[in-house]
Amino acid sequence: MAEVEETLKRIQSHKGVVGTMVVNAEGIPIRTTLDNSTTVQYSGLLHQLTMKAKSTVRDIDPQNDLTFLRIRSKKHEIMVAPDKEYLLIVIQNPCE
Amino acid sequence: MAPKAQKQKSSDGNKKTKQRKTKQTLPDREETEPANMENIGHPEIYPLVLTTQTQEIFNCRIDEDVTDGKPYKLIKKEDILADFKNRAAVSDFYPVKKVIQEYPGDELLVVYDKDFRYGLNFYLIGTEEGKENYLNYPEVPEEHEEYKEYIPEDLYIYRPPISKPWVSLGSEKEIDEESVKESAKQITYMISRKRREFGTPIKFRDQNASSVKDAYIECTAYSDKNFIIKQLEKDVGMQVVPNVKDTSTQTKWTYPQNVAIQYYPREFSEEEKEIFGQSKPLINFLNNASISVEIALQQNEIMNTFIDDWKNLAEEEGTFEDKTDTHLKEYQSFTDLHNLAETMVTSVSWHPTIYGLIAVSVAVRLSFEDRVHFSGKLLLQPSLILFWSFSDPIHPQLMLESPDDIFCFKFCPSDPNIIAGGCINGQIVLWDITAHADRIENIKTGGSSSKKVTLKPMFLLEPDSNKEVMYIRHCAVSSIENGHKKVITDIHWLSDTFEINRMGSVFENRNGICCQLVTCSADCTICFWDIRPQKALTPQPVEKKKEESIEIPYDVPSTFLHLDLSWKPFTKIKLSKGETSLDHCPTRVSLSEDNFLYKTQDKVSAQSKAVKTGEIHPYQSLEGGFGNNLKPIEDFCTKFFVGTEEGEVIYTDWKMERDPDTGRMMAKKPVNLYTVHDGAVHTVQRSPFYKDIILTIGGWNLAIWKEGVTTGPLLQSCCAPKRYTAGHWSLTRPGVFYIGREDGYIDIWDLLEKTHEPSQSQNICITMITCIKPWTFSAKQQFIAIADYYGTLHILEIPWTLSHPSANEVSGTSHYFEREVKYLEYVEQRKKIREQEKKEMDLELEKKKSKTYQKSKEQMEAELRDEYDSYLELEKNTLIKLGLIRVPETMPFMDL
Repeated sequence: MAEVEETLKRIQSHKGVVGTMVVNAEGIPIRTTLDNSTTVQYSGLLHQLTMKAKSTVRDIDPQNDLTFLRIRSKKHEIMVAPDKEYLLIVIQNPCE
Repeated sequence: MAPKAQKQKSSDGNKKTKQRKTKQTLPDREETEPANMENIGHPEIYPLVLTTQTQEIFNCRIDEDVTDGKPYKLIKKEDILADFKNRAAVSDFYPVKKVIQEYPGDELLVVYDKDFRYGLNFYLIGTEEGKENYLNYPEVPEEHEEYKEYIPEDLYIYRPPISKPWVSLGSEKEIDEESVKESAKQITYMISRKRREFGTPIKFRDQNASSVKDAYIECTAYSDKNFIIKQLEKDVGMQVVPNVKDTSTQTKWTYPQNVAIQYYPREFSEEEKEIFGQSKPLINFLNNASISVEIALQQNEIMNTFIDDWKNLAEEEGTFEDKTDTHLKEYQSFTDLHNLAETMVTSVSWHPTIYGLIAVSVAVRLSFEDRVHFSGKLLLQPSLILFWSFSDPIHPQLMLESPDDIFCFKFCPSDPNIIAGGCINGQIVLWDITAHADRIENIKTGGSSSKKVTLKPMFLLEPDSNKEVMYIRHCAVSSIENGHKKVITDIHWLSDTFEINRMGSVFENRNGICCQLVTCSADCTICFWDIRPQKALTPQPVEKKKEESIEIPYDVPSTFLHLDLSWKPFTKIKLSKGETSLDHCPTRVSLSEDNFLYKTQDKVSAQSKAVKTGEIHPYQSLEGGFGNNLKPIEDFCTKFFVGTEEGEVIYTDWKMERDPDTGRMMAKKPVNLYTVHDGAVHTVQRSPFYKDIILTIGGWNLAIWKEGVTTGPLLQSCCAPKRYTAGHWSLTRPGVFYIGREDGYIDIWDLLEKTHEPSQSQNICITMITCIKPWTFSAKQQFIAIADYYGTLHILEIPWTLSHPSANEVSGTSHYFEREVKYLEYVEQRKKIREQEKKEMDLELEKKKSKTYQKSKEQMEAELRDEYDSYLELEKNTLIKLGLIRVPETMPFMDL
């Protein structure tokens, strides 16, 4: 338990990190540092996007698999680390 | 005989097309029916042959009695009957004897048939009617015959069938007989199910008919002998009808229906989350995932890979591409030509809302002694604030009168029709130009007719000036005894977000409009004024006073009537220098939140909107009193900057405190005092971009301060060659400000370019510049108003480079200030370190000195000892040599 918290805290303490969340395979958030509505929104949307990206990669080459997904937008960068059962989502504000 | 082509006879009833006559029956001499032309439709025409003899008898000789023109002859019946008697069967009329005998009339018509139309050369008309017809219509056929000649004989002309009334020939009877009609009315039975069984499936069941009596009636079939006959004939009626088919479908009616779905996301409960937190897979996953996530995070921290370097560079160059000109361009200049005295401009202010309108206060250019000397003359000349508009450089739009020369004035930020000015004699003057607002708003339309009566025109206006200038009297002045005693050097409206009470505590301002002023004057006081009526005053003595001395002209608005001549400040702060009797003489004041003027004009427009909608003008209905149920604002910075005549910058507090000695309310001692300037400070201004950066200009140098940094100014320039007399921050570029010199030059400083000297200098006029005020009208148009000592107001246009900040200018300037702050801190620290070092050095020196002293002491002792020892030796040796002391015989064992 402590380990989980410690890891998340470590990630959260990086410069520019807006929020961190851990989501299960169905898109239901398990741990989060943001408020509930934002979390639910991010987890639902990113879960679908990750599934799509994963299936895209697998379609192109069945031996391949998605390891990391980074979405860069004007304001933030969203990083998604997928796994078989979980999803780690980190939102960071890149330095100007 | 040629077969006859029957030609149409028009008119009459004989309009049938006739077939060609085939046969022609010769007249028969027997006593038969006389041949007539019945077969061709003319039963009354009987052709005849009339021999010449007959012709002579009846005087119908051809070509003599009977001609073409008159081809007929009327012959008496008696004559013909006589002829019958005479010649009996030989008479030509014999074949038609019967007709003649039966003929009713007296005269018979015999027509000469020249063309043998009817077969013989004459014909007899057998009926009276025919006779009449013939007689009456021969005029007509001649005409028609002409037409008939043109018609070719072979043409078959189609005539469409013309409907004629139906002639019954008995067919309807046949139809009636054949048709089938209902003889008796049909009996209808309607069988329906019970209502509650509608829609339910139908259930049939079997029933044995024989089981129930009378359940059915049977007509058993039997062969009837009567009907063995074979039908031989059958009557069948047929009717042709078009093939018509009837079909129908029914569509399902879809109608829209509102459906709403409400959903909520699936979430885990707290316990489940806890369980997850313990689970091993999650821990493993996080450990693995966090590695890659951290790499990614660090990548971002190191460098932003998506920066477009070209773009960042390009913005700076853009400004140079547009305009390389960095000079201020002359736009317009205004001088009051009517004024006879020599005036200088003391203060300039742009109108906050109206484009192109600028107000200028002028004062007479005399020193104090001259003023006293000429005071009589000066009284006659009213002092003015002139309103100039871009559209008219010669005539000012409005002139505001005041009792004495105005040295500073300001538009009220919440209502630009209220102007407050400070006079040279210490009075505050208020004007309300609401009544003339439309006049100045519509200046551009040119030549608006002035309907108002002018008051007391003092100057001789040019005879051909078509525009009457408006003199507007002030509507309130402050009390002479209770206000300032000397010239008011600065006046400001307090922001409409807060108000101050007598103690100096800050309260929130419920009115939403500016209602308080702060002034500072040369009598070393700073006063706070409130324009609302005060309850404490009794109105009666005021009125009495009014009635006695002054009659108010009718067109002066009564907005501030309650203040007139009785207005006194509610708080006075005396800037004393402590024990000495000299006080600070403030020249300029800068309060926090002072740059409301540069904010958006939403409030002003909202105000004017409120006025337009017919609501009561807020300034007309000012309600007095303060501190009633108003919420005090905590944490309000009540400190402000003051620039003095001696060149000091004071940072002091307006909150009063109780003096422990006397028990009275006293102003606090200044928090900070800096002496940086060599002359009177004439500009103390906060930057429009940073609330805590203040620019002070005085004497020959300038300084930039940051509120809160008490060690000193962030920047203090070195002495300039010429004295600075006016200054202002630029409104759009955070690091730029303008300074006016006493030789008529403008120095433009750009802090990001050079901080030790101005970045450029430009000559404006020949004399000292007294006031600088820039103003932004649009993104493309920025003007700067520069007023000089000779009373001329120059309007110049600020070029692109000076008005548009570059991309990072705000951040660059703030970094500069931060750096300066850090530098000051560093200097402080270094000072401390230096002190420390100095102390240490002193200590060391001391130590050194003391050490050398000690050292020599020991040395000396040693030396003395040595000397003593050597002296002893010497003594011994000498004594031995002298033989006075025996050499000790006991020799040490060592020697042996």
